[in-house]
Amino acid sequence: MSEESNAKSMSIIVTKGSLDWAYPPFILGTTAAAMGLEVSMFFTFYGLALLKKDLKLQMTPLGNAAMEMPMMGGHMVMPNAMAMLPGVDAAATVMMKNLIKKKGVASIEELREAAVESEIRMVACQMTLDLFEYKREDLIEGHELGGAATYIDIATKSDINLFI
Amino acid sequence: MADAVLDAKGLNCPLPILKAKKALKDVPSGGTLEIVATDPGSVADFEAFCRATGNELLDSKSDGGVYTFLIKHTS
Repeated sequence: MSEESNAKSMSIIVTKGSLDWAYPPFILGTTAAAMGLEVSMFFTFYGLALLKKDLKLQMTPLGNAAMEMPMMGGHMVMPNAMAMLPGVDAAATVMMKNLIKKKGVASIEELREAAVESEIRMVACQMTLDLFEYKREDLIEGHELGGAATYIDIATKSDINLFI
Repeated sequence: MADAVLDAKGLNCPLPILKAKKALKDVPSGGTLEIVATDPGSVADFEAFCRATGNELLDSKSDGGVYTFLIKHTS
């Protein structure tokens, strides 16, 4: 990524690491890169888990009042009292993964691969790494380390800045 | 006849765009790429993609839930 580039640019702060929330940043990042933008993604707090080599993404219906899963022609909303039961998160994750496959939606692994291929700059938050005791070697190749100042520097030069 | 054809049927956003971008790399400048998709959102998305990248959308048609786009690789 050259300093003199005239390409438009976008930065995304990625703060969430669940299966459902992993989609918006990777979809927008890879699409922007495909449209010729220079893209930087800053992975912080729970979002940092999306840089782990071994992705074990889960999701939960708990406290997720707008989550409606299509079921038998209708939609199923799960009350919190049920969503808290053991095994529900695992079941919801399996359900979501099946839907993803059925509807031709990319997997997060696939989108992340596309992000790497399109040379999206991926910055892992150093503080989060320390806080949650992640090791750099647990993260995918090609990431760099940085902090708030690194992000602000990227953001001041970007045409689009998103917080997800 | 397009210089290359991309079958993006059954794929959902943003895969048709990502795959089209990849396929365009192998199309020489001035050449054309035909994309066949079933994602209704791809109609607006290929217009936007071409506007942003400077490639030319020569044709966009819909036939029974199948959308066909013809893109000229100009950038």
